[in-house]
Amino acid sequence: MNKLPLIFLGVFLTFASSWIGLVAYPYLSLGKMQPLPDEETGGYLPPAQSGLAVAGQKAYAANGCVYCHSQQVRLAPLSTDIAKGLGPRQTVARDYIREQPAFLGTMRTGPDLSNIGVRQPDANWHHKHLYEPKTVTDWSVMPSFRYLYKMQKIQGQPSDDAVKGLSGPHAPAPGYEVVPTEEAKALVAYLISLKRNFPLPESPEPPAK
Amino acid sequence: MKSHSLLSSLNPSTEPDTLASHERAEIDASTRFPVLLFFGSAIFWLVVGSVLGLISAWKMTHPSLLDGAAWLTFGRLRPAHLNAVIYGWASAAGIGVGIWLMARLCRVVLLHSKLLITAAVFWNLGVLVGILGILAGDSRSIEWLEFPGYATPILFVAYAFISIWTIIMFRYRRPGHVYVSQWYLFAAFLWFPWLYATANILLIWQPIQGSAQGAVNWWFAHNVLGLWFTPIGLASAYYMIPKVIGRPIHSYYLSILGFWSLALFYSWNGMHHLIGGPFPAWMVSASVVASIMMFIPVITVAINHHMTMRGHFEALKWSPTLRFTVFGAMTYTLVSLQGSSMAIPSWNTFIHFTDHTIGHAHLGLYGFFTMIMFGAMYYIIPRLVGWEWPSATMIRWHFWLAATGILLMVGSLTIGGILQGLAFYDPIATFRTSLEYATPFRIVRGISGFVLLAAHVIFAILFTQMILKIGQKREGPALFAKAETKEAVTV
Repeated sequence: MNKLPLIFLGVFLTFASSWIGLVAYPYLSLGKMQPLPDEETGGYLPPAQSGLAVAGQKAYAANGCVYCHSQQVRLAPLSTDIAKGLGPRQTVARDYIREQPAFLGTMRTGPDLSNIGVRQPDANWHHKHLYEPKTVTDWSVMPSFRYLYKMQKIQGQPSDDAVKGLSGPHAPAPGYEVVPTEEAKALVAYLISLKRNFPLPESPEPPAK
Repeated sequence: MKSHSLLSSLNPSTEPDTLASHERAEIDASTRFPVLLFFGSAIFWLVVGSVLGLISAWKMTHPSLLDGAAWLTFGRLRPAHLNAVIYGWASAAGIGVGIWLMARLCRVVLLHSKLLITAAVFWNLGVLVGILGILAGDSRSIEWLEFPGYATPILFVAYAFISIWTIIMFRYRRPGHVYVSQWYLFAAFLWFPWLYATANILLIWQPIQGSAQGAVNWWFAHNVLGLWFTPIGLASAYYMIPKVIGRPIHSYYLSILGFWSLALFYSWNGMHHLIGGPFPAWMVSASVVASIMMFIPVITVAINHHMTMRGHFEALKWSPTLRFTVFGAMTYTLVSLQGSSMAIPSWNTFIHFTDHTIGHAHLGLYGFFTMIMFGAMYYIIPRLVGWEWPSATMIRWHFWLAATGILLMVGSLTIGGILQGLAFYDPIATFRTSLEYATPFRIVRGISGFVLLAAHVIFAILFTQMILKIGQKREGPALFAKAETKEAVTV
């Protein structure tokens, strides 16, 4: 192998094969997928996201939620995700077309969040959890995201968006309240929007056992 | 005079090079400044990256550690650790070793060192801006590509300078055979910019839609390991092993087979990170098959290195270069076979989404690549600064702390990950069970982080002594023991 042009050609072609298969192909097929019309509501599947939820994706990325939480429900026998209630069906490519980026995740140091909006639709629960995870689950190893909240003195009436039910070392002292920043509100709006339980023709619900 | 076997005479390309020693010294001297710049900055980022990793590790079991500040949250420190060690340490160390090998194997003095010095400055600027960007909250959380869009162009400029330099070196190389290490370097230096540009364009600058991102993400991330770090690591092993023991590579033909099968199969591996994910089945299947086919290049290289070493294993007793390099080469076989097995879907079921994968990643990047880089640096640096390593004892400590640290880390995560995966799979086990299984092993991993940090601090001290030429002056090279060989002794 003393001919550099030959080495170059081989090096180029072998790599080009995977570039076509794993980059160009998904770009042209999965990357061009469209939402389906939803006949019941006249909307689309997956449903459009609110502006706040779109902003919440930025907060999800900036604070690295993806390093502990996946967003993939997989079929049996590869997993027991559906039996464990992570979602009613497998998540498929169309589920992610509005995600920027698509937080598929590779770790489950924390639970899967594909359907967290179904399991926990209450915004105050999420704020409590993000502010001090141990108030919701005492064995949790999730870090506190207190820095997304403001502690302030109550001026007259408590604020409408003040987080309710906080306890523990960082709970507000009497006369004080904890209110979410815009970033925290966006993040919670995004989490609540995570509902991959609508029907998609390419992903039928497996029969319950 | 070296004796020549019939095979080596028929295939002169099984020997690294045939330069006279004064020419070698001249070439080494010409690489001094750029190579030391890359090495020095790499070692700096290694220590920084180790600290970031150590804090992240302990946060997994003690979440209240250093909490309350945005830039110290786990979700920022972890990617900061990964990018510091990938781009700051491993890539820069690999580029430094690559430059030196390239000059030696092209048999010309290094031309246009200003290109490389500029590249080193830009590279480190890019890494610094990128890491500060992650800590400031500008990461897009795409694994291995967390650097924000304003940092990656700086790295790309640096890389463009290196590519231009590579082309110039190959143009002016002295005619003759092209050694196996050069194939790997040539390929790596060509693949990386292609990989990096594709991933940056499609994921950061003009993001594509939906789950296609996942495919491009893991095509990129796995190929950074497979087509950037692996070829540089193998290039170094293919050079250092024959150099230190003074005999040619066992088989030229196995080298060819190993190289081309790696090029063909490794680039298709990425989707095995997404088994069961939202992709057409054929994409994942193709990656599973390619991952298993990796047996071919791995076994080929393993046989070739082993047969070269055969009868010379006693050299591990005295040569630091060889000890680190052979540790890395053996780990390469181990980690690759482990990786192939992890892609088999029925086994993947139990380890997907667990710490097992983290253990595997560290075995590859540290046990294999980093150890080989240490070995190469022990060989190269004395030849650049004209000073011998001041303390064999410290090198010995470096080796044993690094080796124990990485085995402790990988061992604990591997076992903990399997238990965690069993809990994930068991339909009646709660999520809490998976956490309880993983926790004790994560604590052991946290301890291993201290061991590795100690190893890196020792290496950083040794490097500083070399640059400043302080410490004990030696006549011969720093060896672990008296060399039992009649040949000229090299570190």
